[in-house]
Amino acid sequence: MIPALEVRGLTTRFATRKGYVTAVNNVSFSVAPGRIMGLVGESGSGKSVTAFSIMGLIDAPGEISAGSVRIEGEDMRQMTPEAQRKMRGRRVSMVFQDPMMTLNPVLRVGDQMAMAVQVHDRVSKKAAWERARDALDIVGIPAPTERLQAYPHQLSGGMRQRVAIATALLHRPAVILADEPTTALDVSIQGQILAEVRRLADDTGTAIVWVTHDLAVVSSLADDICVMYAGCIVERGTADQVINHPCHPYTHGLIQSVPSLHEPGRKLPQIPGSTPQLSQLPSGCAFRNRCAHATDLCRTDPPDAARGERRVLCHHPLEEEA
Amino acid sequence: MSEPLLKIDHVSKRFTRDLGLIQRGLARLTGGRGVETVHALTDVNLSVQRGEVLGIVGESGCGKSTLGRIASGIYAATEGSVTLDGQPVAQERGGRTQKLTTKVQMIHQDPFASLNPRMKVGETIGEGPRLNHLAKAPEVRARTRELLEQVGLEATYVDRYPHQFSGGQRQRIAIARALAMNPEVLVLDEAVASLDVSIQAQVLNVFTDLRRDLGLTALFISHDLSVVRHVCDRVAIMYLGRVVELADASVLYDKPLHPYTEALFASVPTLGTGRARFNPIKGEIPSPLNPPSGCAFHPRCPLAGPRCRAEVPRLRGTTVGRDVACHLHDGGTGVEAA
Ligand SMILES: Nc1ncnc2c1ncn2[C@@H]1O[C@H](COP(=O)(O)OP(=O)(O)O)[C@@H](O)[C@H]1O
Ligand SMILES: Nc1ncnc2c1ncn2[C@@H]1O[C@H](COP(=O)(O)OP(=O)(O)O)[C@@H](O)[C@H]1O
Ligand code: SF4
Ligand SMILES: [Mg+2]
Ligand SMILES: [Mg+2]
Repeated sequence: MIPALEVRGLTTRFATRKGYVTAVNNVSFSVAPGRIMGLVGESGSGKSVTAFSIMGLIDAPGEISAGSVRIEGEDMRQMTPEAQRKMRGRRVSMVFQDPMMTLNPVLRVGDQMAMAVQVHDRVSKKAAWERARDALDIVGIPAPTERLQAYPHQLSGGMRQRVAIATALLHRPAVILADEPTTALDVSIQGQILAEVRRLADDTGTAIVWVTHDLAVVSSLADDICVMYAGCIVERGTADQVINHPCHPYTHGLIQSVPSLHEPGRKLPQIPGSTPQLSQLPSGCAFRNRCAHATDLCRTDPPDAARGERRVLCHHPLEEEA
Repeated sequence: MSEPLLKIDHVSKRFTRDLGLIQRGLARLTGGRGVETVHALTDVNLSVQRGEVLGIVGESGCGKSTLGRIASGIYAATEGSVTLDGQPVAQERGGRTQKLTTKVQMIHQDPFASLNPRMKVGETIGEGPRLNHLAKAPEVRARTRELLEQVGLEATYVDRYPHQFSGGQRQRIAIARALAMNPEVLVLDEAVASLDVSIQAQVLNVFTDLRRDLGLTALFISHDLSVVRHVCDRVAIMYLGRVVELADASVLYDKPLHPYTEALFASVPTLGTGRARFNPIKGEIPSPLNPPSGCAFHPRCPLAGPRCRAEVPRLRGTTVGRDVACHLHDGGTGVEAA
């Protein structure tokens, strides 16, 4: 089966006063239809830049310097800007942490969603409103016909985010990239949205990349997980593999620092230090000066990419525990 | 049980806001007043024993920060009182709130906004004790260095400015600044919420050490159930300005009783339990401008009956170590929680 999304060797850098920094470094993964890929990492690890790079939305001083992004087999990066624009919103769409990135505050929900339909499809206004209503229905918005009449500010934050997700869905895209869409929402509202998103992937076959810093969210939502650190995917596998049997020392440390896995009141295992600046990455493995397993090899050589389907970017991966 | 160190006694807090011009006109036509009232807290009773860490949990807008500010004497309660060792923490004078104690110190969520960028770390930490004449300058300087080490930073950092520090380091500086006042109670309002997990673990460890070494008493406000489980002895669950369940952490996490607590726990994704079923709470949090009648949770509660719509359930003791405000759970001892 052709993956809905296939990213190979994607590399994005920014020109800064101190020279280039590579925010996305040789990133590869693919997502099959109906599957949810959790892209997880701490702040600054390159998650958002990865999502924007997939969308082809990187502006100066940034530049995608290598790699391919295929949507249902078609390479976005080989397309003319015009063809790329046609892909966006129709075959691949994006949802942001702040729904107001998508929503226009001065237009009624129905009008702006209908316009989003008509950008790509020549249908009547009435048909476009109907599509909009159906999309609101799919994301579990109660009384969708009334909501279409509302202005964004009349909706709660959770409702606005659902409208943004519904808007992303209008053209039944093959891929939706969602960048921290529930981070600003309350857990009860997040729970509702996660439930709808899971159903969406299962029912419509849309492939979803769910970007988050929250390990518990990806652990309960995603089929597969990529862990990012300093621009690289350091570990990739099924959700069960990555969460329950992590092989990269960083993934392992990250999971161990979550309090719910430990007896209350005890000291938590902690990763020393903090995330390095991209302009000051150490030689060899970017994680080495925080890593308990680092050797001379880690100092001199960057660890190599693939190790089978289960990618672990490390010279000394941990044994998969039973 | 001994007298509590901090006592929050029948505290209610209402904020009134002036309406906009149009709304004001409409209100006048219908005989209303030109203001709207936010019921931020309603009849909250909590007490904290010396050395205890009490967790305050709930979704945004339920009144956690307001409670924290009232407990630290930054806001005065509209009704009720907060006392530390029997002494009020604030008083209202000429329409303004006066903080009466430095013994309750608050630590806020945003480590970037809470430190003055133009002040050296040493000055920031020493400012409180100096302004309040708690100690002489040389003493303050020595103490500042000691505090930095206590929160896991280097004593030499006194001469650096906040921008030279990461979020996690700044939050430790904020903790050191609060400790410099020799508080009896710390109020931590989402103090680790903005930190990455690996950094959050470092700051939680600092807190664990401080508890062991100093026997800290704290109100620990958070929306993160797993963090609260880790650091708190007892937990109060809030919904729309009221405490709906109050229990020992182990009792609560073993089995939440209030339907809201139960639903909240079910909504939270957990790590390592595989793909979730997701059984989220229906509907949205109602507006505190116009809280529902009876039990504020009744419009979302799967178990609500006629009594829930009509009558406010009181927080009552059920089993040992637990109080619940729910009509389904008022059988128990019938003893009203103090
Ligand atoms: N316009 C830009 N110029 C320079 N560096 C940038 C720019 N945008 C992002 N970066 C860098 O790229 C890195 C990754 O950022 P981002 O993808 O936003 O991280 P995340 O979403 O994982 O928190 C950061 O270190 C950031 O400083
Ligand atoms: N200074 C204020 N003026 C008016 N309303 C306020 C003020 N502070 C808080 N509120 C309102 O009180 C309610 C409780 O707020 P808050 O205590 O900040 O909740 P939480 O910290 O749980 O998110 C909210 O509806 C909020 O809008
Ligand atoms: S490559 Fe070396 S330093 Fe990097 S994570 Fe693996 S063991 Fe640690
Ligand atoms: Mg981001
Ligand atoms: Mg708050």
